[in-house]
Amino acid sequence: MLKRKKRNEAIENALADMARHKGGGSEFIQRMLRNKTGMIGTCICFVLIILCAGAPIFTKWDPYEQSLASKFILPNMEHIMGTDDFGRDLWCRLLYGGRYSLLIALGSAVISTVAGLVLGSCAGYFGGKTDLIITRFLDIIQAIPGLLLAIAISSALGSGPFNTMLAIAIGNIAGGARIMRSTVLSIRGNEFVEAAKATGSRDARIIFVHILPNTIAPLAINASMGIGGSIGAISGLSFIGLGVQPPTPEWGSILAVGKTYIRDFWPIVLFPALFIALTIFGFNLFGDALRDALDPKMRD
Amino acid sequence: MAKYIIKRILWMIPVMFGVLIIVFTITYLTPGDPVITILGTGYTPERYAAKAAELHLDKGYFGQLFTYIWNIISKFDFGKSYFSNIPVAREFATRVPITATIGLISVAALALIGIPTGVIAAVKQYSATDYVLTALTLVLAATPGYVLAILGVLYFGVKLRWVPIAGLGSFKAWILPLLTNSIPTLSIVTRQTRTNMLEVIRQDYIRTARSKGLSEKVIRRKHALKNCLIPIVTVIGTSVAVVMAGSVITENIFNIKGLGTYLYSGILSRDYPIINGSVLLIAFIVCCVNLLVDLAYMAIDPRIKAQFINTNKKKKKRTVDEGVD
Repeated sequence: MLKRKKRNEAIENALADMARHKGGGSEFIQRMLRNKTGMIGTCICFVLIILCAGAPIFTKWDPYEQSLASKFILPNMEHIMGTDDFGRDLWCRLLYGGRYSLLIALGSAVISTVAGLVLGSCAGYFGGKTDLIITRFLDIIQAIPGLLLAIAISSALGSGPFNTMLAIAIGNIAGGARIMRSTVLSIRGNEFVEAAKATGSRDARIIFVHILPNTIAPLAINASMGIGGSIGAISGLSFIGLGVQPPTPEWGSILAVGKTYIRDFWPIVLFPALFIALTIFGFNLFGDALRDALDPKMRD
Repeated sequence: MAKYIIKRILWMIPVMFGVLIIVFTITYLTPGDPVITILGTGYTPERYAAKAAELHLDKGYFGQLFTYIWNIISKFDFGKSYFSNIPVAREFATRVPITATIGLISVAALALIGIPTGVIAAVKQYSATDYVLTALTLVLAATPGYVLAILGVLYFGVKLRWVPIAGLGSFKAWILPLLTNSIPTLSIVTRQTRTNMLEVIRQDYIRTARSKGLSEKVIRRKHALKNCLIPIVTVIGTSVAVVMAGSVITENIFNIKGLGTYLYSGILSRDYPIINGSVLLIAFIVCCVNLLVDLAYMAIDPRIKAQFINTNKKKKKRTVDEGVD
């Protein structure tokens, strides 16, 4: 009895491996390296992450310490991007602020991907009524524009990094769930799934061991392509005072403060705006490159 | 086909109900008691009870939900603002036209500018024009509307003083809001058009059309563009949702008295009737646009139209196909 179970597992795993095998890692890296715009994007993301993660190394100032004597200083050798309305170094605030923007974006991507994965794989795998209910629910959620839903949810949850992460994530679930559903639907008909069913595997085992590994590529593509948009949405929420609030140095909240001084002091508007745009640009290019490298068929 | 259209319209009803319930639940679960917010400190229990009854807040979740739905259906009444006491529906009447005008012009602009630009980039692939356009659209598609708006205000409003930085008083004042609304999605439309055109141009039937001696203009317009319109129309449809949601932020920057600033004011003061009503209205607009997009598919592609005219057998096949997609 035990032997038979083991053998069945071996067959299942071999079949799943065969289905999983697509070119391998080295080809993926080669494809990534060959893509020039993709490399630009990857470099931008890489440099930004290094700068933000190692913020204390790249700046000698403190993001919170105020010094009213030195407020609104134009960019010079000491403060390369000038200082803000409380005399805090802008370069320093932007680097520390990037930690919030990037971490919230990554966190919300993880949350929405996991939620989308669960919803989408249930809908795709079980089909029938489950599928109907979930897709109808997604229809309803998608009738509300993502940013608007995020605004409504974050106004209910209140401000703060974690709530912002949640609000953005909920707004993004539907897209991932749909992709997951269609991927699972296309995999479900494959022979290795039938083989697994024939050997008596439980549903949970089929989903986790046989189907999920094959959906990683589309999910990773969807998540990485969404990060740029999430950063824009996070800063947008903070910009209108719903996301992360001052004195926390988030890019959108710095920009919001800058808006009040727009007539008199340009650096506090220009630099956060450039940081937001550059980051989204980098992550968009990176997401496109990842898509092209992981799944050349999906290339638009 | 009429049957399909009617079915499609009827499907909007449960969707709108779903949206209504979700939005209502979100605001219902928001911590804080609106009655206390309105009355401030120093109210008597009687005044509290009277106010709660006036706003139907004494009824519990389902009671409130049903009153809300019933008032909308029977009287088109979205409730009153807690603070100004002005009915939400009346505010809509003055504010929606402004937001709708900006939205319509923006969407029209992104279709009328985006599609031709994409075609040009595709036809002149690998030329300098193509490279410049591609780089430009990549950068602009990555810049959120509010970042463009605030950079535009900084440069054209504050530095060059070409345009006023707030309000919609003069003709010039419309330029920045319209541009910042349409440019990010315009770039996406351009890119979408370019990639689809490139794909279609290489098809056999285009070669056939060329060998028949048709002019490039006719080929581009009648053979190529028509066949890649569907994804472009889809992108334009989604851009409406982006523009509507973005109006909350852009209208706030330019201080435009539209639906966006109304919703924003509602959020700031926790004025739930305003939030519920505005989100509902925007979702309704998005639903209508999705419907139009679906109908546009049929107008563009006779193959899609044919699916709805043929016999029941075909219809069944369609539902199966839809399931797989």
